[in-house]
Order: sequence, then structure tokens, then C-alpha cells
Amino acid sequence: MITELGHFTLILAFAVSVFQMVVPLVGAHKGWPEWMAAAGPAATAQFLLTAVSFTALTIAFVTSDFSLSLVTNNSHTLKPMLYKISGVWGNHEGSLLLWVLILTLFGASAAWFGGNLPPRLRARVLGVQSAIGVAFFAFILFTSNPFLRLENPPMNGGDLNPLLQDPGLAFHPPFLYLGYVGLSMSFSFAVAALLEGRVDAAWGRWVRPWTLAAWLFLTVGIGLGSWWAYYELGWGGFWFWDPVENASFMPWLISAALLHCAIVVEKRETLKSWTILLAILAFGFSLIGTFIVRSGVITSVHAFANDPERGIFVLLILGVFMGGAFLLFALRAGAMEAKGIFGLVSRESALVVNNLFLVVSCFVVFIGTIWPLLAEMFLDRTLSVGPPFFNAAFTPFIFVLAVILPIGAMLPWKRAKIARVLKPLLPGAVLAVAAALLAYAIASGQSALGPVFIGLAVWLVAGAVVDLASRTGRGAIGDRLGRLVRLPRADWGKTIGHAGFGLTLFGIAAVTTYQTEDIRVARIGESFTFGAYEITLTDVRQVDGPNYVSLMGSVEVLENGTPLATLHPERRFYPVAGMPTTEAAINGGVTRDVYVVLGEPQRGGFALRTYIKPFANWIWGGAIIMALGGLMSLSDRRYRVAAGARRRRAEPVGVPAE
Amino acid sequence: MKRLLLVLMLLASPLWAVQPDEMLDDPVLEARAREISAGLRCLVCRNESIDESNAELARDLRLLVRERLVEGGTNVETVDYIVARDGEYVLLRPNAQGANLLLWLAGPALVLLGLGLSVGFIRKQARRRDVGGETDTLSKAEEARLREIMRD
Repeated sequence: MITELGHFTLILAFAVSVFQMVVPLVGAHKGWPEWMAAAGPAATAQFLLTAVSFTALTIAFVTSDFSLSLVTNNSHTLKPMLYKISGVWGNHEGSLLLWVLILTLFGASAAWFGGNLPPRLRARVLGVQSAIGVAFFAFILFTSNPFLRLENPPMNGGDLNPLLQDPGLAFHPPFLYLGYVGLSMSFSFAVAALLEGRVDAAWGRWVRPWTLAAWLFLTVGIGLGSWWAYYELGWGGFWFWDPVENASFMPWLISAALLHCAIVVEKRETLKSWTILLAILAFGFSLIGTFIVRSGVITSVHAFANDPERGIFVLLILGVFMGGAFLLFALRAGAMEAKGIFGLVSRESALVVNNLFLVVSCFVVFIGTIWPLLAEMFLDRTLSVGPPFFNAAFTPFIFVLAVILPIGAMLPWKRAKIARVLKPLLPGAVLAVAAALLAYAIASGQSALGPVFIGLAVWLVAGAVVDLASRTGRGAIGDRLGRLVRLPRADWGKTIGHAGFGLTLFGIAAVTTYQTEDIRVARIGESFTFGAYEITLTDVRQVDGPNYVSLMGSVEVLENGTPLATLHPERRFYPVAGMPTTEAAINGGVTRDVYVVLGEPQRGGFALRTYIKPFANWIWGGAIIMALGGLMSLSDRRYRVAAGARRRRAEPVGVPAE
Repeated sequence: MKRLLLVLMLLASPLWAVQPDEMLDDPVLEARAREISAGLRCLVCRNESIDESNAELARDLRLLVRERLVEGGTNVETVDYIVARDGEYVLLRPNAQGANLLLWLAGPALVLLGLGLSVGFIRKQARRRDVGGETDTLSKAEEARLREIMRD
């Protein structure tokens, strides 16, 4: 019964989305206030209906209602509650329902918090947002209905993929979807602006929080996914350049570019059409990501629901929305007149370079991801594009970005003298070079790439600190501290975000340069020395989990002779799914992780791999700090106060025409 | 039942990436073998190198790589041998030959193009200043607006 209710509200939500797509857009075109105003309540209704539908599916999973084919295929009564719930989105149909839930949530938030938008723009934004909703409701209802019943329900289900039964991965998809779908908001704003035929500073100010929110969710989502891969896949890699990872990375890169150039629109009213184009592209890459994950045309470790028919549907959605938006862009972008003017050396120019490198790096990831497909279709060559390509082709862009970032971040708007910016940054540069040299000395014989990036990381963090300090002006230290505290949160967000980027680079550089590895057959009770550690496999025994059996090792680790920890690496077997998994045991720390993996029995012992991974946690710590920077910036009062102030200002006549 | 499961589990357990018994005694050769393995794709896996893979076939390839190295092959010879045997599909780093040049050069070419376009755009819009664009002094309306702000 609840299931039918969920199905029914989903159909109703679809109907409402059609209404919300047509009525406000017509109203905005004709200038009918009532029709425009219909968008708000419709957006709320759409969200509530979808929420009921999602709740119904969640109830079916929680109560293990095996009359639903989706629950049967992805759940099991013995599964822990957390994974019963995360099982809702651990499959194609359910994850799509989560997708539309988030889509309607964003639409409704735009209606709730968009009170200070001009009514016409608001109606258009909500109308376009709802058009995306129509497409995805149709997708889910016609090709991927989660509410299908089984005629003969089985006694128990087929269990969720054991790899997905993990806390890190339980929350990874919702964050990613919040990011992917959040970019639909930027897209809706861009298309609405094209329909309006104008973009001004206020538009930049409205679109930025949505982009910022989407970007920070993507940051957290990608970070969670990478952390999961690190501890779960068993060899401590944190990024594999897998197509599905790339699918989430591409929108991240574009949205990072977008949120930077929206600042230019907001502060300087230039680069308008470029910003619009980026907003369209950002959502385009979200859709491409959806296509990659769900169509199965590109082989990946974790693609799910490989169904060509669904792939075609996503491709259709992609074609309609990108085609339509680009057409509109071609017709209208010429009307976006720039107001601000800037010289070749200026903050604006630095942000242009930032955008260029972020966008091209995204394109490199894109072409690398689809090249095997293109080569097979057009060149008749079956080839692979793997991590070595991406490392070689992508890294130079990050190098350039990291070099120019602290300089660009401090350049004044309009026209600047580069020497004036370089002077305060000089100590940072010296520190960075010293750090790189030190790193090179320690890593003697290794590639110079790691030390270079360690130096760059120091450069980024030092640059962020110098930037913040320079904002406090001159005078006594007490005055400066006072000013520091009162700086706008956006400034703090910028510093924190850039420093977080530096910390992540540092972690990546340190792990790839200084990681050490030991592989051996360990016999029970025998100790071996590995670096500063003495390691003993003391015991291996069988342990029963709720829905798996496990072979669990006990590994004593001594650091410089003093006991550090007893680690318990596991090899699990999930009988229902018939799948084994490895659970690495990690002794985490600020300066290093000790990472132990249990292998199979051989030659009277067990294969045991031990890694020392220096500064591994900084990779995700940096990502969290980046996201915090975004959050800080998002909470800046300018987004609340100034947006309202603009409405008052819009009334009087005599404001110069653009 | 539990014992049976454990037995099943051990039977089902995959070979686990590089095994201690595969490794060469010479650390220099072994390091070279690892480096080569990281660049070769496992043929039956979805997107893993043979160094990471659990598949039986990946193990065979790992052993083959080591065999060739022990026989005195260079890194390039060893990789060429595997490519001749299994095709260019095994290369995780696609070669820069023929149409693959497009793949390798796309990024650098786009950056150069983008830099050229950006400099052109910035120069052009900076010149607009002479023909009635934004100036450093405020317009009448801006002054009025400024007064209004200062009053608040």
C-alpha cells in the first residue's frame, strides 16, 4: 500500500513538474504575474510529493519488503540498518529517485530563499529547473521504476554489493548528487538570464551561492569516495582515474572555474557570456557523468546498472538541454555587454587564466575518459587510457594553477603592478623553495615531481596567509588583529579554501613520493622490522559478522620499540552475495598512516602487506578544509543583505542604462 | 556450516595482487617489475593494472614480466613483448602514435589557443576605454548613488 502511494506521488510530482515548466515560463514571457507566481507553490508541492515517494521506498527497504523487485535485488534481512537505508540509493532506480528528490529540493529552496529575486527571473529560473525535473521524472517513470512489484516474493533478498556496505560509501552518493544536481541551479540561472537577455552584478551574486554549495558538496562527495577507495580497496590508492571518478571530477573542475568567474561578474560586471557558458557546461558535465555511470559504455570498476537503453535516454536528456542552452546562448550571448574594463595585469586577468587552466584540465580528463570509446568507434583500435596518461597530461595544469594562485589572489582589480604583489609574497616563495629542497634531500634518488609539489603546497598555504594578513592593512598588531576578525567571511573562505587546496596537494605529493611498502609471508609469532616499526602477526582467527564471515588477523605494531597499536586487518566473505572483500587495518596519524592488509595463507603463514603512508590524511583533511572554506564563503552576509538591498535600489528611475 | 563457509571463502578468495612468492630476490629487478606492472592493464578486469589486480590472468602476466626481466630484457623490450602478444589494449599509457597524438596534444593545444584568445580579448576590451567605456572618474548617477549610500 505504502509502495503504491510512493508510486502514485511520484506520478503526481511528474505532473506538477510539467505544470511548473509551462505556466511560469509562459507567464514570464507574457508578463502575467499570477502565472509567474504559480512557480513557488508548485516547486514546494513537487518537493513534498517526491519526498513522500522517497520515504515510501525507504520504508520498503527498512522493512525488507521483498515484494518489491528492487528490495529483493539489493537488500537482505540480516544487513545492518545503516546499509538497509543506504541500499535505497545503492542501485540505479533508487539512486535516480534520490537524484530527483535533490533536484526538487534545490528547486524548492530557490522558491523559498529566492524572495529577493525579480519575479520574472524567479519564474524563469523555477520553470527551467522544473524542465530538468520533467526529463528526470520521465526517465525514472518510463525506464527505471523503483516501485515494481514481484508476483512471487522470495523469502529473502540478494543483498547489497558488499563493497557498498561501508559507512564511507553510504554517504558518498548523497553528497555527490547534491553537487551534481546543485549545478542544475546554476544552469537554470544561466538559461533564465539568457531568456531575460541580461546579466548584471546581482545575477552574479545570486548564482554564486548555488554554485558554491554545489562545489562544496562535490568536494565532500569526492573526498569521501577517495577516502573509501583508500581504506577499502586494499592497496591504499586514493585516486584511480577511473571513468566514474572522472565523471565526478569534471563537474568539480568546471564548477571551481564557475564560482571564480561569477566573482568577476559580481564585482566587475564583465566576462558575462563566459560565465553563462561555464554554468551551462558545468551542468552538461554533470549529465555526462550520469551518462558514463549509468550507460555502461565505458568500462569502470564501479559502474552500476549497465543498460544501453537507459544510456540512450540520458544521452537524449543531455542533447536536449545542452542543445537548447547552446542555441539560446548563440542567439543571446551577444547582448551581454561588459561594463568593467581591466588591464592585462589584474585580478580579472588572473581569474581568466584560472578559468582557462581549470577548463582545459577538465577537457583533458574528458578526452582521456572517452578516448577508448572514440578510438574503438572511429579508429578501430582497442586501447586503454589509464592513470599514467592522466598523471602526465593533467598534472602540468595543476602545477601552473598552483604557481599563479597566490599571486592572482592578491592582484588588485582593474590594473595592477605585479611587483607590488610579489614583494609581500617573497617570504612565502623562499619558504616554498626551502621546503622543496628539503623534500628533495630526504627523497634522494626519487623523481623531483614530489618535492616540487611539496614546495608548491607550502607556497599555496603561505600565500593564503599572506593574502589574509595583507587585508588587515597597516598599524599596530592589535588593530590588525581586530580587523582580521572583522574581515568579511568571504575573505576568510577564500583563504581557507586556497590553503585547503595546498594541504591536499601536500598530502598527495608526500604519499606518492615517500610511501614505502613491504610484502612478505608472515608466520604467526614471528616479528619483522620495517622502517621504524617492528611488526608481528600474532593471531589469525575466524570471526562472524552480521552478514559475513571474516578471517581476522591481529598484528602488533611497535614504533621505535614502544607498542603503538594492535591492528586487525580482515578478509571478509559475504555468502549471500558470494563476494569476498578485504578490510585494511590502519593506524592513522597526522604525519603517517601504518596500513596493514592481510593476504591469503601460504607457505605456513599469511601474505601480509604493510605500507607506511606519510601525510595520507592530509589529502582528505585538505578536502574538508576546502569545503569549510566554501561554507565560510557561503555564510557571508553579503549574500543575504546586499541581495535585498538591490531590490530597493531597482525602484528609482535614473539608474544609468547598461 | 561456519566451517563450510570458511572453506568456501578460502576457495573463492582471489589471488591477491603481487604475492610474496612472485617477487624477485633482486630488489632492483623487482622494483622495475613493479613499475612495468603498474603500466599494464589486466585483460579480464574492468580498469585495473596487473599490479593491483586479483585475477589469475594478471598473476600470469606479472610472472611473465618478471621472467623477461630475469632473462635480461630491458623495460622497453619487456613492454613491447607484452604489447606484441596482447595488443595495445594492455598499455595504460597509450602511445603517442597516429591518431593518439590528438589525445596527447589536445590539452597543450587548447591552452595555447585559449591563451591567445584571452590576451586578444583582454587587449580589445581594455581599448574600449578610449571610446566611452568605464573611466576612473564617477558618472553623475554614480555620484548620486554614492551620496545615497553614504547617507545610510
